[in-house]
Amino acid sequence: MTINEKQDEIIEEFDLFDDQLDKTQYIIDLGKKLSPMPESKKTDENRIMGCQSKVWVDAELKDNRLYFYGDSEPTAQISKGLVGLLIRVLSGEKPEDIANADLYFIPRVGMGNLITSLRAGGLASMIERMKAFGKGYSTGN
Amino acid sequence: MQSAIETTLDIQQIRRDFPILDQQVNGRPLVYLDNAATNQKPTAVINALTDYYEGYNANIHRGIHHLAEKATAAFEASRRAFQDFLNAKHWQEIIFTYGTTDGINLVAQTYGRRFLNEGDEIIISTMEHHSNIVPWQMLCEEKGCILKVIPVNDEGELLIDEYEKLLTERTKFVSCVHVSNSLGTINPVKTIIDKAHAVGAVVLIDGAQASSHLDLDVQALDADFYVLSAHKLYGPTGMGVLYGKKELLDSMPPYRGGGEMIKEVTFAKTTYNEIPYKFEAGTPNIADVVAVKTALDYMAGLGKENIAAHENDLLQYATEQLSELNGLRIIGRAKHKIGVVSFVLDGIHHQDTGVILDQQGIAVRTGHHCTQPLMQRFGIAGTTRASFAVYNTRDEIDRLVQGLRRVQKMML
Repeated sequence: MTINEKQDEIIEEFDLFDDQLDKTQYIIDLGKKLSPMPESKKTDENRIMGCQSKVWVDAELKDNRLYFYGDSEPTAQISKGLVGLLIRVLSGEKPEDIANADLYFIPRVGMGNLITSLRAGGLASMIERMKAFGKGYSTGN
Repeated sequence: MQSAIETTLDIQQIRRDFPILDQQVNGRPLVYLDNAATNQKPTAVINALTDYYEGYNANIHRGIHHLAEKATAAFEASRRAFQDFLNAKHWQEIIFTYGTTDGINLVAQTYGRRFLNEGDEIIISTMEHHSNIVPWQMLCEEKGCILKVIPVNDEGELLIDEYEKLLTERTKFVSCVHVSNSLGTINPVKTIIDKAHAVGAVVLIDGAQASSHLDLDVQALDADFYVLSAHKLYGPTGMGVLYGKKELLDSMPPYRGGGEMIKEVTFAKTTYNEIPYKFEAGTPNIADVVAVKTALDYMAGLGKENIAAHENDLLQYATEQLSELNGLRIIGRAKHKIGVVSFVLDGIHHQDTGVILDQQGIAVRTGHHCTQPLMQRFGIAGTTRASFAVYNTRDEIDRLVQGLRRVQKMML
């Protein structure tokens, strides 16, 4: 599935929820399902600055596909869910596609105050970091 | 549960004075419990702003035309209103500022720079807002003064015994908060001032949180400086008051240079105006200064003791109801508190709590509340804080408790 197909799928899933709280619950549950990130990867280098809570993201290249790992401090479940959501969209894709991805699903899913709270909480920083990984691993770099 | 103190106020009637409260947020009626950050404005205050701009907007003091005279009279009437509000001896002791932070900076940069020297000690407390820490740190860095800090106990009360130990003949200044914005603790400021005066130190009290909840009397307190913000007393944003004893203000150099603060300007020498104008350079925030008088009148109309009784009832009720939630720990259980309840929920980040409460139409504040050293004292990164004003109700506290149950259900 391409990045855009995954985004469209997420938009459809979110359309099923009328209530903001249900969308948030969905995001929290996504976080709970996220594969564990090894403690050794939770380094300062992998920490996303600009988040009120601690969030880490790392990536590995296999067969020209980039696989992301992420986590947050245990109590920050919304941040963890959002990392999970970004990983679902971007993980397993080609570095160039990640670097150039237009993440249009974010304004479309109507996450309301999750976006505003995470503007402060670093959603933009998470995206920036993941795209930087994409750029860094792109052919020619 | 009924509180021992009955309020005589008709809260439903009062709520109608605050148009902002009547709205839906995320499909639910707004519950506004972020009053320690700023409280809402009654229609009378909003009208006072409009009346000023529609009726008599003009620059003050030097104009000779009708509008300028009217604006000047209204501006100076606010000064007299604050003189009454604080029970200051002289009207000249009321300086208009941009807010509490501005008032503290003014004192640090004028009194502090003029009178404090290397090795002099300044005492603040663990529960200070950053606004009452950083200006003193800046001064210490510049002048080589030493900052000392009064510790707090586990309930969130200042340790007065420890304070006494800090006081020496080297103590030249004490700057302490009247009421903690994070915990709601009411500090024994009269004792703090008396003990400081006994060693010859000058005292500033940060009244940002106290001013809308407690009766204030700077003469009875014998405060040297008292600072507050209008937007926390049902008034407009962007203005505040610095009260200072006349003899101290007279001895201090001006803060900012510009219009109004001068007597005469030549390129050879400028002489400065008298207080309060010496500290009010430039065109002040006229509209907000004028309108804040209406806020003071509004509070006086309700009766500060009635407001305090109602808020105390909300505090008792909230403390009781919140204590019933499993995994909720109240931070700050001082004997004397205003209507502020700060708490942490086991296993849940305060930011997530705030987001999910907001989705239920409930506005609270989350984070360190600009009191990071206090959070460090309690070993936490932040809290969720509900803070009450005269228009809040027990039903709204029930909504908060239900909202928190939902947060726990979603997270745990």
